[in-house]
Amino acid sequence: MAENLVEVVGVTKWFPVAQGFIDGITGAPKQYVRAVDGVTFEIRKGEVFGLAGESGSGKSTVGRLVLRLHDVTDGKVVFDGVDLGSLSNEEMRRMRHRMQVVFQDPLASLNPRMTVGETIEHPARIHMPDLSDEERHARVLQMLEQVGMTPAEFFYGKYPHQISGGQRQRVVFARGMITAPDLIVADEPIAMADVSVRALLLDLMMQLKAEFDLTYLFITHDLATAKYVCDRIAIMYLGKIVEIGPLDVVFSDARHPYTRALLDAVPVPDPKHRRTAPLPAGEIPNPINPPPGCNFHPRCPIAQAGICDGIDPVLLPVDGNTEHLVSCHLRTGEYQDLDPMR
Amino acid sequence: MDDVLYSIRNLDVRYATRFGDVLAVEDVSLDIRRGEILGLVGESGCGKSTLGKAIMRLIRTPGRIAGGELWFDGNDLMTYSDKQMRDVRGGEIGMVFQDPMTSLNPVQRVVEHLTETIRTHEPKVSDLAATARAEELVEKLGIRRERLDDYPHQLSGGMRQRVMISLALALHTKLLIADEPTTSLDVIVEAKFLDLLRELRDEFDLTILMITHNIGVVAEVADRVAVMYAGRMAEVGDVYSVFANPKHPYTTGLLSSVPNIDLAEHDLYKMEGSPPNLLRPPTGCPFHPRCPKAMEVCARELPVFREVADGQSTACWLYNEAEVSNG
Repeated sequence: MAENLVEVVGVTKWFPVAQGFIDGITGAPKQYVRAVDGVTFEIRKGEVFGLAGESGSGKSTVGRLVLRLHDVTDGKVVFDGVDLGSLSNEEMRRMRHRMQVVFQDPLASLNPRMTVGETIEHPARIHMPDLSDEERHARVLQMLEQVGMTPAEFFYGKYPHQISGGQRQRVVFARGMITAPDLIVADEPIAMADVSVRALLLDLMMQLKAEFDLTYLFITHDLATAKYVCDRIAIMYLGKIVEIGPLDVVFSDARHPYTRALLDAVPVPDPKHRRTAPLPAGEIPNPINPPPGCNFHPRCPIAQAGICDGIDPVLLPVDGNTEHLVSCHLRTGEYQDLDPMR
Repeated sequence: MDDVLYSIRNLDVRYATRFGDVLAVEDVSLDIRRGEILGLVGESGCGKSTLGKAIMRLIRTPGRIAGGELWFDGNDLMTYSDKQMRDVRGGEIGMVFQDPMTSLNPVQRVVEHLTETIRTHEPKVSDLAATARAEELVEKLGIRRERLDDYPHQLSGGMRQRVMISLALALHTKLLIADEPTTSLDVIVEAKFLDLLRELRDEFDLTILMITHNIGVVAEVADRVAVMYAGRMAEVGDVYSVFANPKHPYTTGLLSSVPNIDLAEHDLYKMEGSPPNLLRPPTGCPFHPRCPKAMEVCARELPVFREVADGQSTACWLYNEAEVSNG
């Protein structure tokens, strides 16, 4: 049994940009949005792997590629030793019960005409045809209890609009859990929930993980939340991973200037901690024509002309620590002496 | 000059539904002081946005202001005609909403938004003068004047929100109501926007009411904070006191359930239950079914909202014992 549940190797996803009629007949070069541009990481069995970044960083696309909801443009995704790209659609379908997904908006993820019970039962009908009706029903009730929706019989016949937002997200989790998956891709699972409900949902996620030996890919824009659940984390910027490592190492000893900026910008719920660090200039650039060299150089406070704007940086270990990788010329590799902050 | 710019007294806002009236805001009193940034926080459905709209008398049917007083700069807004209110809105009181894309006209250039606003309220200003004012204004907000000829879709999210602010400031705004202004922004853009708000407050002598569910944002910019729960004011106080020493158990729970990136190890507080249905609010204190400190009286009677410490007011029976014993 492999130690890594998921291996993402050099994965790239380019989406073609819709062209106008004139561009089409004049043969203007096709343009692509480089949503994911050469991403490599592994998700180890039993861990919560965080993927964080701003909107447009490509984090959700990576989640979809891991589930093969999109096909990769280049590179491969290996799930428990199997290259997902090599599977036929039918083989992929049979693989799906091992990987489930929870999205941000539970109301959009649930069919308004299906009761809670029917919703949770649905994947079992597809993926577990051997179960008898009674067995399946019992399993649904068990799942409802598992996600804290008791009495289960009471909630079984409810429709999504009759329950609260937090309960809806619990139903989505129960639906994901019923096929006994190995991996759950959770894409901003608590972003819609109210503050007082979020902690309970995070708690539920960790409880399910312990009981079912789950592995999570936790996609979030909220670093403060990531702190409470993730074992390791990767920070994405413009389709690339800029820093990856154990959560406590990345948070306490961030080396990439972008990671640093992101951590500094998170509002701290304590008026005594008002932010003083300067913020990077500008906003995230257009992923159709990303800047040459290091993507972040136009906004970077320490960028060096001739290096950062010309040479593509790669992920390298920080101080020989192969667990903590950073993609920055000035923080790892041969140009470190040029770092003005050194 | 009075140091209170806007005073809300015993405000009731009701929405008629086929199941009866929903009490979206009930018996809320709140003072907004000149020059302050007041953070109004609460969870969805607590009535904070409704309160923001009521301040501008923007409640539309089936909603209505069912009672209470609204005093702006010494004037009783409840006696104003619709025409007078229109001059106040966008004039002395400006508003910024969560999603700038739905607030801006997609087929209008940025400059047209601004000149239209200025000339609607001040018809004597020439188009040229209005454009000059627009240019000056957006530059103060960190947008190059060339960008005025852009359409909203050509701007980034952060820039659109700056345009919204410039619209609110185009006239001689005294009070800016910002309803979840940073919710659709990424953290770095959000942080810059908050810096900008603080600068504007100083430069334009603004008073800002910041409505948000994000406790971190309030801690970052607010001078005072008001916490709403189930249509009622739970606690009001200066931001340092409330965060250091919350009085209402709801405030305590809310603050300790917020993820904090700065603390080494601490468990998130898990509040029981969910906010009540406002069609059938609980008897007594609306928070009592979820309150870890609920007493027998809490289910029976409403606590009085009053000052319980220097500059800190709350509605909670924990601090109303005197009345209980006096019967």
